[in-house]
Amino acid sequence: MTLAARDLTLRGRLANVSATLEPGRITAICGPNGAGKSSLLQCLAGLLAPDCGSVTLDGCDLVGLHPQRRAQAIGYLPQDGAVAWDLAVRRLVALGRLPHRDRGEAHVAAALAALDLDALADRPVSRLSGGERARALLARVLAGSPRWILADEPLAALDLAHQLRLLAYLRGAAESGRGVVLVLHDLALAMNHADRVIVLESGRKMTDGIPDDALSDAIVTRVWGIGARWLGEPGARALVADQALPVAAGPDASRGSS
Amino acid sequence: MTRPVPLLLVLVALAVPLSLLAGRVWIDPASTPNAAVILAELRLPRTVLALVIGAGLGASGAAMQGYLRNPLADPGLFGIAPGAALGAVASLWLGYAASPILLPLFALLGAAGAMALLAAIAGRTGGIALFTLAGMMIASLAGALTSLAISLAPNAFAMSEIVTWLMGALTDRSWADVWLAAPLTMAGIACLFVAGRDLDALVLGDAAARSLGMEPRRLQTWLIAGVGLTVGSGVAVAGIVGFVGLIVPHLVRPFTDRSPSQLLLPSALAGALLVLVADSACRVLPLVTELRLGIALSLIGAPFFLWLLLRMRRGLA
Repeated sequence: MTLAARDLTLRGRLANVSATLEPGRITAICGPNGAGKSSLLQCLAGLLAPDCGSVTLDGCDLVGLHPQRRAQAIGYLPQDGAVAWDLAVRRLVALGRLPHRDRGEAHVAAALAALDLDALADRPVSRLSGGERARALLARVLAGSPRWILADEPLAALDLAHQLRLLAYLRGAAESGRGVVLVLHDLALAMNHADRVIVLESGRKMTDGIPDDALSDAIVTRVWGIGARWLGEPGARALVADQALPVAAGPDASRGSS
Repeated sequence: MTRPVPLLLVLVALAVPLSLLAGRVWIDPASTPNAAVILAELRLPRTVLALVIGAGLGASGAAMQGYLRNPLADPGLFGIAPGAALGAVASLWLGYAASPILLPLFALLGAAGAMALLAAIAGRTGGIALFTLAGMMIASLAGALTSLAISLAPNAFAMSEIVTWLMGALTDRSWADVWLAAPLTMAGIACLFVAGRDLDALVLGDAAARSLGMEPRRLQTWLIAGVGLTVGSGVAVAGIVGFVGLIVPHLVRPFTDRSPSQLLLPSALAGALLVLVADSACRVLPLVTELRLGIALSLIGAPFFLWLLLRMRRGLA
């Protein structure tokens, strides 16, 4: 039940990126702005067709997979968090059941509870705080019970307590056999909570491995262009950034956000 | 069944008999001479047609607003209504208006042409922006050709006939018009219902919707068919009737859960009610000639649109 990218190339965004992702683990995709993180995640979700290369789910090419089957297997949370109409939280979360064509009330209730949204279930989205909205959107993905959870910056708008709670939930999902792939800007979260980290720079895979190796001081310095070192014990590390180095180690500044 | 549906059904059930009796001459079934014939051959087809056209426009408006994720969207944006109008104007220009079937057929051909053009231009990518721009281009082109037809009208009578027809009305419509419009409109509304699930997914934006299994090209196909059949058949038998598709979804949205699929049926019913009431009011108003339905709805719709804009501005401030 692997999700595998082979030589993914997307003009101007990704160059020959390969990675075989295993379920049961949390994989973090990290990199500076414009590195291609969101593009890689969208390719893995089957939403962007690469110019070259392929993404396969259990050996089947995602491009050829029926959209409904793909949607049942892969849940994707985009970065923008758009909600066009002022739905109540429960209705928003229930949209996650669309690929299954059922109401899935038990799944919706479980997703609401997992993200501490029970008290807000009937509240319109417009009356949620940024963090509450982010949780509701993630609950929508969870309600679909996908085998793979692909989320683009799911923790960015959450306070620390909800970040930890959500990570604990994602850890539980991984341990129950699902695959979790997160785009993360916060390197400390990736270091402390991911099983594997893929670092991209200018569309190329720089490193791929356990967090201690993939986010070593040297890699952070080289890819992000900062003088940085990790403090603390494994599982509770903090990154201390000394200064921005005057080197052109970062991505092409003219490119937009990844 | 969504919450406002029973209420709307009751209101329609109340409005229908009133509409049958209302007019410059109010009918008393007991005493009016030939009341049965007037009701069966004049009032009833007109009432049914108002319900059919209103339902089509209401459902189309709800689907369009859901598709474009914009409360200001209107079925006219697809260019299908102007395409149908162009077809009808062509039949008037050619002097075919005397035939009861040629004008609506020409209008349906115009709508079909607009639908085909829309599908050909925008259908390959499935992109919403290209689709909208293609619709606006078709609307602009059809509008320009309609103006050209008016300016080059073979005689003053044809010109007057075209201008009057474009205003939209249900005057003197027969069962033939009902049999033409009703099946097509119902088929169109069915297409929009099929699109409902994909419209719900679009609430979350294009990428998230596709991740939920929404297929952009499939959705566009159902929408083109749905809006094309409802709006095309409506224009074919009644001319341009504006603002219904814009107003109605706004009126019913607060009474639903606000998801596009749940808005379709209430919008169809509310659209039917609005056109029926407006058409009845046109008949009752003490004017020298009967007020055209298209004008009446525009007179209601334009201030409503302004109110909507002001409310949105307050929301942004």
